Amino acid sequence: MIEVKNIQKSFDGKIIIQDVSAVMKAGQCNLIIGASGSGKTVLMKCMVGLFDPDHGSILYGGHDFTAMEGRDKTEIRKEIGMLFQGSALFDSQNVEQNIMFPLSMFTDWTYKKKLDRVNEVLNRVNLPDVNRKFPAELSGGMKKRVALAQAIVLNPKYLFATNPIQGSILKPPSSSTNSSKRSRSNIISLL
Amino acid sequence: MTIFSDIGRYLLMIKGMFARPENGKMYWKELIHQCTEIGFGSLGIVAIISVFIGAVSTIQTAYQLVSPLIPPSTIAQIVRDTVVLEFAPTLVCIVLAGVAGSRIASELGNMRVSEQIDALEIMGIKTKTYLVLPKVIAALIMIPLLVVIAMALGIWGGRLAGVASGIIDGYTYDRGLKEFFDPYTIKFALTKSYVFAFIISSVPAFYGYFVKGGALEIGRASTKAVVVSCILILLFDYILSALLLPT
Repeated sequence: MIEVKNIQKSFDGKIIIQDVSAVMKAGQCNLIIGASGSGKTVLMKCMVGLFDPDHGSILYGGHDFTAMEGRDKTEIRKEIGMLFQGSALFDSQNVEQNIMFPLSMFTDWTYKKKLDRVNEVLNRVNLPDVNRKFPAELSGGMKKRVALAQAIVLNPKYLFATNPIQGSILKPPSSSTNSSKRSRSNIISLL
Repeated sequence: MTIFSDIGRYLLMIKGMFARPENGKMYWKELIHQCTEIGFGSLGIVAIISVFIGAVSTIQTAYQLVSPLIPPSTIAQIVRDTVVLEFAPTLVCIVLAGVAGSRIASELGNMRVSEQIDALEIMGIKTKTYLVLPKVIAALIMIPLLVVIAMALGIWGGRLAGVASGIIDGYTYDRGLKEFFDPYTIKFALTKSYVFAFIISSVPAFYGYFVKGGALEIGRASTKAVVVSCILILLFDYILSALLLPT
């Protein structure tokens, strides 16, 4: 469970988000909808620790993430997968190397085992046979699916997605489809 | 005030580099990659510059030494000391600030702008340690090696030009190289090259790592990184010469 308590974040004195509170329960997919520039991504970046909020706290499983330092924060981050708006793939690495990167960094698996896992997640995002392609050779939607494959390769407990509808890789609930034409959305999925 | 804020952030970045790696193998792989990029990637330009600098030094020294009382082997001594003390460490490092420094700044800047650094942070990777430290260590290993190669090529280029233009014969040049040789000049040049290597890697890394904006800002950061690195190289060249060379 993730609890957001009275979060406020400002840049150069301009308040972007103020007094935001929410509870996100395990097994649920939570959608943050808002107009462009309303602070959805800022809230999400606060939740994953990329921005430090001015006030308030964020609790992962009851533990205050905002008050954590060093190793404790890193341990929580290892349970987080995030899909960025611009995909954030490494240009100099091919699809296989991009997805394998977290596995190489955090596991001592053999190459064969890592490759099997890479192919498994690529199949899950419907992208078989693109292992040797570089990000520059992929379309925007394909890049997002590769980024999703990278985000889920370590089986994260929490999956954050910034503007996932762009490229149509994650569909919001049907009730929100109409509003997505006017607004953008971020998804937080607790797996 | 910006300059103090920048110095503070630079020092915090340097402090932040020294953390325990998540996976030694991956860091080693990155270090080898950076050694290849910084070392072999700059070898060609360093070789060309060194040979021509040595050649020009020989011709210009001969042009200025007109007295028949000065033995021709003096040309080799002057070329040797000029190349070892100044041209190889300082000029080569200024060129490297342009070649390797701009590459480091633009690589990190592009990673910052395209959210790749954020992605690494979220994976739980210490980005300053993973992205900056291997570049600094690679520079500290490869740049002094490049400087040693530049010394050898510069002296050889001087011999080549001297013999080809009939200024000095090969035997006299070789004899001149051994006369009044002080090994301390090599130590001094290597000390400078280590200091410059740290500047060439860490300053552009700072400008690239903290870039904000888009493609235009990456270009600006890259240019600023090269300019600041060159100024710092010249400043430390003066400071080290004043401190370490007995006068």
